[in-house]
Amino acid sequence: MNEVSKAKSLHDLPPGFIFDPARASGLMTRHGHGGWLGLSYHAHGPDWVELSLPWREELAGPGDSGVLASGPIISLMDNATSMSAWTLCGRFVPHATLDLRIDYMRAAVPGRTVIGHGECYKLTRTIAFIRGIAHDGDPDDPVAHVAGTFMATHGSYL
Amino acid sequence: MNSSDTALPPYGEALGIVVDHDEAGNPVLSVPFSARMMGRPGYLHGGAMSGLMEMAAFAALRAELARRGETVRLKPVNIQVEFMRGGTEQTTYARGTVTRAGRRVALVNAEAWQDDPTKPIALAQMKILLSPAEG
Repeated sequence: MNEVSKAKSLHDLPPGFIFDPARASGLMTRHGHGGWLGLSYHAHGPDWVELSLPWREELAGPGDSGVLASGPIISLMDNATSMSAWTLCGRFVPHATLDLRIDYMRAAVPGRTVIGHGECYKLTRTIAFIRGIAHDGDPDDPVAHVAGTFMATHGSYL
Repeated sequence: MNSSDTALPPYGEALGIVVDHDEAGNPVLSVPFSARMMGRPGYLHGGAMSGLMEMAAFAALRAELARRGETVRLKPVNIQVEFMRGGTEQTTYARGTVTRAGRRVALVNAEAWQDDPTKPIALAQMKILLSPAEG
């Protein structure tokens, strides 16, 4: 994993680099926006990745309720679903988010860590179709549901 | 419009988002590029871009409701974001446009751009539920 220790970001990895979400997630969550949000690796399977987003005052939305703003949830799901595409693919492929749709089912409870579960349900040569949920403890009572697509910008997923 | 209509939430303040100027009663938000806004090196994070557009959508809706003299609570129902260009290391602007605001629900479009307002980097469409302020 020499490439991983040298790289400052996932995008420093060579295209085609074998992708292990548990080891590579630090690169996506240590720096930049993800690092500021405090995203970290939670779990993964063959076609899914879970990241965690710990609650903190600075990430609150409007009002004095302390409820997490919706922006951090979008970023959490963008990153978790992005990584799910590489996890299913097995390799790192540079890509860009084409679109994301997020349904906010309820407010996340202030103080609770939000888990973002991102799943890639179909890869074509150029498009990754993704979906996922965000929950704050009970996956059967999600705070948000997402669906979207990514496009491989250099090389192909298959 | 009073200050509470334009006050940005902690998340917006932490990212450095400000009300840049007013365009015919509609606030235009801006945010300087910073490490906090960065996704892959040298580029804006899509989530941060979405957060900015969401805030612009809310700001446009609050301005519209203030003009009508209505005090309501706003709850996001959903958002659809289209990413059209990679955002680079420069100031990003966003503006919301209220497409329809009824008594129960509002549909608000938002767009984000950088140096050229005619070349948006992303579009968003948001549905926001309106409920009585006491509720």
